[in-house]
Amino acid sequence: MPRLNAWVHRLLGVFRKNRRDAEMSEEIQQHLDALTERNIAAGMSPKEARNAALREFGGVEQIKERAREQRVWLWANDFLQDLRFGARMLRRNPGFAILATLCLTLGIGTNAAVFSWIEGILIRPYPLVAHQDRMFALGGTTRGVTEGHGISYPDFVDLEKNSTLFESFIVDRIVGTTLSVGDRAERASGGIVSANYFDALGVRPMLGRGFRPEEGTGRNAHPVTVISYLTWQDRYKGDPEIIGKTQYLNGVQHTIIGVAPEKFHGTFIGYSFNFWVPTSMQETFDSTGYKLEDRGARWIESYAFLKPGVTRQQAQAELNAIAQRLENDFAETNRGQGFQLYPLWKTPFNAVGNLSPTLAITTGVAFFVLLIACANVSNLLLARSLVRRHEMTMRLALGAGRRRLIKQLFTEGLLLSLIAAAGGIVVAYWCRNALVLISPSRTPGITIDYPGQLDWRVLALSAAVCIGSTTLFALIPAIQASHVDLSGALKTEGSGVVGGSGRSRLRSALVFVQVALSFVLIAGTGLLFRSLVQMQNADPGFSTRNVVVSAADLFSAGYKPDQAKIFYEQLLERIRALPGVQSATLARVRPFSYSVYSSAPLEIEGYQPPRNEQVTADYNQVGEGYFSAIGIPIVKGREFTRNDDENAPPMAIVNETMAAKYWPGKSAIGQRLKVKDKWMEVVGVAKNANYRTKLENLMPFFYVPVRQNFVVQNNLIIRTEQSAAAIMNALAREIHALDPNLAPLDAITLQEQVDVMSYTQRLAVALLAIFGGMALFLAAIGLYAVMSYAVSQSTRELGLRMALGASVSDLLRLVMSRGLLLTGGGIVLGIVAALTLTRLMGNLLFKVSPRDPLAFGLALSVMTVVAMLACFLPAWRATRIDPVRALRI
Amino acid sequence: MAKEKPDLVYGTLDMLILKSLQHEPRHGLGIADRIQQMSRDILRVEQGSLYPALYRLEAQGWIKADWGVSENNRKARYYKLTAAGRKQLAAETEHWSRITAGIDFVLSGT
Repeated sequence: MPRLNAWVHRLLGVFRKNRRDAEMSEEIQQHLDALTERNIAAGMSPKEARNAALREFGGVEQIKERAREQRVWLWANDFLQDLRFGARMLRRNPGFAILATLCLTLGIGTNAAVFSWIEGILIRPYPLVAHQDRMFALGGTTRGVTEGHGISYPDFVDLEKNSTLFESFIVDRIVGTTLSVGDRAERASGGIVSANYFDALGVRPMLGRGFRPEEGTGRNAHPVTVISYLTWQDRYKGDPEIIGKTQYLNGVQHTIIGVAPEKFHGTFIGYSFNFWVPTSMQETFDSTGYKLEDRGARWIESYAFLKPGVTRQQAQAELNAIAQRLENDFAETNRGQGFQLYPLWKTPFNAVGNLSPTLAITTGVAFFVLLIACANVSNLLLARSLVRRHEMTMRLALGAGRRRLIKQLFTEGLLLSLIAAAGGIVVAYWCRNALVLISPSRTPGITIDYPGQLDWRVLALSAAVCIGSTTLFALIPAIQASHVDLSGALKTEGSGVVGGSGRSRLRSALVFVQVALSFVLIAGTGLLFRSLVQMQNADPGFSTRNVVVSAADLFSAGYKPDQAKIFYEQLLERIRALPGVQSATLARVRPFSYSVYSSAPLEIEGYQPPRNEQVTADYNQVGEGYFSAIGIPIVKGREFTRNDDENAPPMAIVNETMAAKYWPGKSAIGQRLKVKDKWMEVVGVAKNANYRTKLENLMPFFYVPVRQNFVVQNNLIIRTEQSAAAIMNALAREIHALDPNLAPLDAITLQEQVDVMSYTQRLAVALLAIFGGMALFLAAIGLYAVMSYAVSQSTRELGLRMALGASVSDLLRLVMSRGLLLTGGGIVLGIVAALTLTRLMGNLLFKVSPRDPLAFGLALSVMTVVAMLACFLPAWRATRIDPVRALRI
Repeated sequence: MAKEKPDLVYGTLDMLILKSLQHEPRHGLGIADRIQQMSRDILRVEQGSLYPALYRLEAQGWIKADWGVSENNRKARYYKLTAAGRKQLAAETEHWSRITAGIDFVLSGT
């Protein structure tokens, strides 16, 4: 204790010591002077008088010290005393203590968990990376419009060279490959990164080294790789001699030069990378060709670190100036091209953009849960303050200040929420990886990772929440309790009508608010759920059942186009011969995947684009019978056949939107468009479909035969009655027969593929459902507690009514109606609040109005049923009151 | 000064200070004098120990201090009883008289 005492003293001393000390010294000095004077007057010599005064006073310094301690120690002492007293009170009422801490743990825990997700995913997503507060994502723009694309490598080099406000730039491009170690082959994700990557991030490989500056350039000149800790442990069994060993990646032997530290996962939110290679190896990993010297190829994602003290606006201004210079110097490739800095939580090229609105709503929801939990605890405290009225009255009568009483009740509240906060942090710790559980189906070897992070900022924020909620829930009851009417309290409490006094009005108000808040949450959950169902049911424009997609990673296996052509020819032959398979074909990009469709500037015969409109459209390379296999109807013309190969004239099939846009009022069949210097004839018009997500708008899109535009890496599209698993086995057998070193990637149905893209929506529904359920539960407890308390307080009244002939149903009606009135009021308030708040969810909703009557109806009925249940038990108990005993009390 | 310092009963100093301030504000020395005088010289407060007690009472909000000028033109901090202090004094007086009455009964019993 003395140690603590000294510590508290020192701590507070910092603030007040000087002024108070000077005052104290002066006061004591004056006292001594007065004593001395008095002694002189009594006839002593000045010296004697002084000494006598000092003796009489006692040791000046010791007294000063004791006085200081008094001042500081006093409130610390009060605090500890309150704390001890509070702990005793809690121990004496374990039921109350457990219920209250449980409520608060839920409230604080959800908030801490959400904070940790936001911290770990949005604010500081990259563990071990230094200065994330100065780190920004950097993407390209076209005529000021963000298209989510990256920048070109030569532009990156120029940025590095010409900027003054930036500490460094890095570039990073996610790539996938098949990593075969021993006889185990699995998908692996990696990054093509600039040579300064590890240095700029401040991440030091735990073994070996990062890349050297010269390793960034020179076409395919530096086959070196840094592998992740997980890959090292998992695939290489933690081999301590790993540095200098070699590994085939995409058919090229790479030297392993480093192992990244355990916590470093790369710089792509959502994925944990397995390896990194320098930009010089780009061509090896990118099936679309060599791009390091191509200023027009904006393929690479970038991050920038600003110098300390530089604002984003200043940095953006410098980027704009550089973009301007580049436009002048390289008009052909850079006209209209700019750079755009984004805070990390708005990074356009990873999953963050989709997640942040979900997390924003989740934050609001978690706050609601906290409010409801606080209202509950407040309610419990109010109920208890009645029990403790005697104690409070006694203390007030004995002269305790009201402020002191409030302080004590507040301390008790703080004790509750401290325990709850500790519990909440544990909850948050358990939940830190919970987002992954709801994440889309996984590919073996690829780690999907949405880590929450519990750092000091999250802890500090949680502490703030803890203190804030204490203020919320403990202050009202404390003030109430301290306003005990001394004379009134001495009289015995007359048991009034069900819910009469001011205190119970306050409790009713709390329940009222709880019901309203839970209603908002349930309505929100209902809306999101309806939206998810709508999305699930929305027709993407192709069949999602009976179509299985898979692929063989020919590119990583080092196939040349000619070999790949033969391979696919033979493989499709074999697949089509499998029992239960109706058709099989190729597509370069499967719908609803993260792979990017080809896109090209177009020239359209007979179409004069308005000035400053660049005609462009996305397209896909597909095999013969693609449309029938995937189930997209051809509305005019024909679909691609076996004969549409290199020897046939170039052709394309456009979608309805494209046909209507460029050839309005006439048939698109036979029209021509020029793609990459090649004139193509339109041979068919396909029905519109969704290409990336169900949320996208209709857009012009076209297809070209894969045989005329061959690429090594293709997807297999198989229409079959069989399950994906059955196809997977057959596929593995057939591929193995053609090339023993190859294995198919996971076969999944198109439905599963589509579901992957609705991850954000499903996450939002799941989170809101969980939180909404918690809120409902808490509100039900609150309602139940208030009702049963009201019943127990009005036992006498109810007994009297019974004695006067009220029937069981009368009593039921009396009690229930009061509970339902309370609920009804809360629901009305909830509806008003929900109508305003759900509008904020606009962009998460799909074909559902934010005022969807079905969702509101659902919330209404759920609320009503729960309220009925919560009120029925107390009401039923009221009917069991024995009137004789009730009146005798 | 002789060392025959009649010890105050533990915990009574606060009450005595409050009592001494009942009618008018006083400075530290004045309080010590007043207690001595009211107790007809039986109780003598160690002057130094007054200050920790004064600060404690001030922190409790029972007394308030202001700088003023003393009778012989010295600067001095004057302590004044607050409303809460008055209540506290009443409560403690009541408490004290019950206890002393109780002790009297015990001691005068046979």
